[in-house]
Amino acid sequence: MTSAGARKGWRSHFAVQQATLLLAIGILVVTVLAYLGFFQSQFQRMPNDYAWDSTITNALPLVFAGVGQGIVVLTRGLDLSVGGTMDLTNALAATHMTSSAGGMLGWSLIILAIGAGIGAVNGLLVTVGRLQPIVVTIGTMSILQGVAAAVLPQPGGSIPAAYTDVMGNTGSPVGVVFVAVILAFWWLLRRRPLGVALYAIGNDPAAAAANGVNVARTKVAAYVLSGTLAAAAGLFLAAGSSGGDATGGDSYLLASFAAVVLGGVSFRGGRGSMVGVVCGAGVLTVLVSLLFYAHVNSLYESFYQGLFLIVAVLLGLGVTAWTSRTRRGGAR
Amino acid sequence: MTAAGTERPLLEAAGITKAFGPVRALADGSLDLRPGEVHALVGENGAGKSTLIKVLSGVLRADAGEIRVDGGPADLSGPPAARKLGFGTVFQELSLLPWMPVAENLLIDRMPRGRAGLIRRRSLAAEAEEIFARYGIESIDPREIPDRLSLADRQVVEIVRALHRRPRVLFLDEATASLSKHQVDWLFEVIARQRAEGCCVVFTSHRWKEVEQVADRITVFRNGRKVATRASLDEGEAVMLMTGRRVGELYPPRPRAAPEAGPLLEADGLRADGVGGVSFSLRRGEVLGVGGLAGQGQRELFLALYGVRRLRDGTVAIGGRRRKIRRPADAIRARVGMALVPEDRKGEGLLLPLPIRDNLTLPILGRLSAGGLVRRTEERKLVEKLIGQLQIGGQGGASRRPSEAVDTLSGGNQQKVLLGRWLMAESEILLLYDVTRGVDVATKHDLYQLIASLAADGKGILLYSSDTDEIAHLCERVLVMREGRIAAELAGDDVGTEKIVAASVMEREEAVAGD
Repeated sequence: MTSAGARKGWRSHFAVQQATLLLAIGILVVTVLAYLGFFQSQFQRMPNDYAWDSTITNALPLVFAGVGQGIVVLTRGLDLSVGGTMDLTNALAATHMTSSAGGMLGWSLIILAIGAGIGAVNGLLVTVGRLQPIVVTIGTMSILQGVAAAVLPQPGGSIPAAYTDVMGNTGSPVGVVFVAVILAFWWLLRRRPLGVALYAIGNDPAAAAANGVNVARTKVAAYVLSGTLAAAAGLFLAAGSSGGDATGGDSYLLASFAAVVLGGVSFRGGRGSMVGVVCGAGVLTVLVSLLFYAHVNSLYESFYQGLFLIVAVLLGLGVTAWTSRTRRGGAR
Repeated sequence: MTAAGTERPLLEAAGITKAFGPVRALADGSLDLRPGEVHALVGENGAGKSTLIKVLSGVLRADAGEIRVDGGPADLSGPPAARKLGFGTVFQELSLLPWMPVAENLLIDRMPRGRAGLIRRRSLAAEAEEIFARYGIESIDPREIPDRLSLADRQVVEIVRALHRRPRVLFLDEATASLSKHQVDWLFEVIARQRAEGCCVVFTSHRWKEVEQVADRITVFRNGRKVATRASLDEGEAVMLMTGRRVGELYPPRPRAAPEAGPLLEADGLRADGVGGVSFSLRRGEVLGVGGLAGQGQRELFLALYGVRRLRDGTVAIGGRRRKIRRPADAIRARVGMALVPEDRKGEGLLLPLPIRDNLTLPILGRLSAGGLVRRTEERKLVEKLIGQLQIGGQGGASRRPSEAVDTLSGGNQQKVLLGRWLMAESEILLLYDVTRGVDVATKHDLYQLIASLAADGKGILLYSSDTDEIAHLCERVLVMREGRIAAELAGDDVGTEKIVAASVMEREEAVAGD
């Protein structure tokens, strides 16, 4: 037998295999610290619960949309309809949701189901229809934007105040609960056969199939999850702004990719963690506040965001190169 | 020997056909398997062995034909169905998931479950370690990812995974191609154990010695048809059945550089990841072998010379002049003229969907062009000549047209195209890395002839092969590598299979004793 060198503990394996995840967590920590620094110098105090709450509430739509996108990217796909789905679900919530408890819960579930349905259509077109994900989702994106505009031609409508209270703006950081929910969801998914299958088809679809993974079913599931999570993102968006806007979700499409990139999920599929994507979404959100407190002219906001993204990607590449330099044993 | 002859066949396949577009991979695939036998499937590349194995593994659906298991019709609608029948397969193209830990690969369809049916991720590694131990594997860390393992170790993981599924029929498609000598011995022990337990092992290999060593019965395939099933067969007969004609000696006379030939490539103190200080010189017209156990830095050495891996230290001189090679483009450049032909022709070199023509002329398009346009007639003449010279499409077989896509060719013929490309570019130094891996006997023969004639033309050839016989028969001098260094250099009468193997192994044991 060839020697594999000294046996390493699980920690070092984790460090090498999840280097991009650790980087994402590191970037989040650095960004939050910088934010606290600017906040402190501005107000001579730490952010109170209200400030935390609003930051986390602002992050929620991107956290959910980003995780959905990340799951699809994990399978070597991409979902351009995330923004359109958010548009439609946001518009539906603003026009239809009633203020009774049953109405809020019922409409939330209906809207999530609509998101799942959109994902199912995407997934079936990609698998059964054998179309490229980019073609399919660019099509559904357009359709959804159109339908959303028909549902809510002008920004407006209303979201029940109670809904806004539950989903955020309670003066205490309840948004954390929803972050915990998505992390718990991911933890569970990783321990279900579907979670294994998502990674497997992203690694190598043919090899996954030879090992008995149902590739088509797994892909459809990925798009269904993405659609559902995008619908949830649309609900959070509605709750946060207490009204609807049929174009409000559009900016989240590119942001969802940015969160995936910052989270260290490989666009070649099969590598990365949604924990990283949650961090990435957090970074992008905190960055906006950071730039605000750093007195950066809001006109230059997207300039700095782009710069930051590119630097983060370069860091990620560096980390990946560094970890792959130590591969395959042999003499040093 | 078990009294296999009297038992009812475990599996009978008859008249299996399978076509990929216009290419008929299987025209009449037949096979009968008995419990407790080791059954070798032999044939040239493209003879249909792998296709038949894929059909029997549920990966491909047969177009027609009958498959009976235990005397009844069998459901082979997919890999899970095949597994239910007790068929386990080690595929020729590795089917590991490169970035998922070895433990997850091993247990992908039988993850340990805990409460609420959730996968117990914490116990994955321990469980995998236990499985490895059961098959005597200690050197592979189940927490590692296959992407960071050597090809040989990945193959071992693949084999253990198939074994762990406790198959009644175990298909091993070219499973030994990337294994070291030790690992092959290990596999043969495993096969013997399976056989003793009444499992049927179906084995394909291009190394005749291995077939002779393990097979109870041998089935020969040619052009997608079963030609014969025999209890014993000598090599000459087998080659005859496989190719339909007699092939003379497998190896050409050993090429020798002219005594006055000067050095073409001089490497001094090369260091890179996996290479720890390697010096050698390659003369014009010389075939210099690089031997040793698998994964001792040979691959890294080739990649470093070619500029794929960064050299940390050391110098390379071509024709007496120092050259810096930082990337393959530097190596290809005319005044260096170095070319790498890797074993993984799919990943590293060929543009599979493009025609043979474009693959051949890629590096010389500049020379072939006038006013920015490629002179197609000129190109065509050159390409047709080379296709003939290299016998792309097989000896005496129908030659391939320049416009045919490379992915319609068998592995051996793809290798010829890649070699042809560098002949077009008039490369002086050829780095041949395991070029005959998974190539059939007749094409191997063509490649050996080609190597000899290239050496006779004054090219310098650095040759690594996982088949030590090849190095022993083709090389004048052999560098035996161990742990990234040259452990021994053999020349003249010392170049022989036994001596090379001894040098690879003995050094290792001495080193262990010295620790």
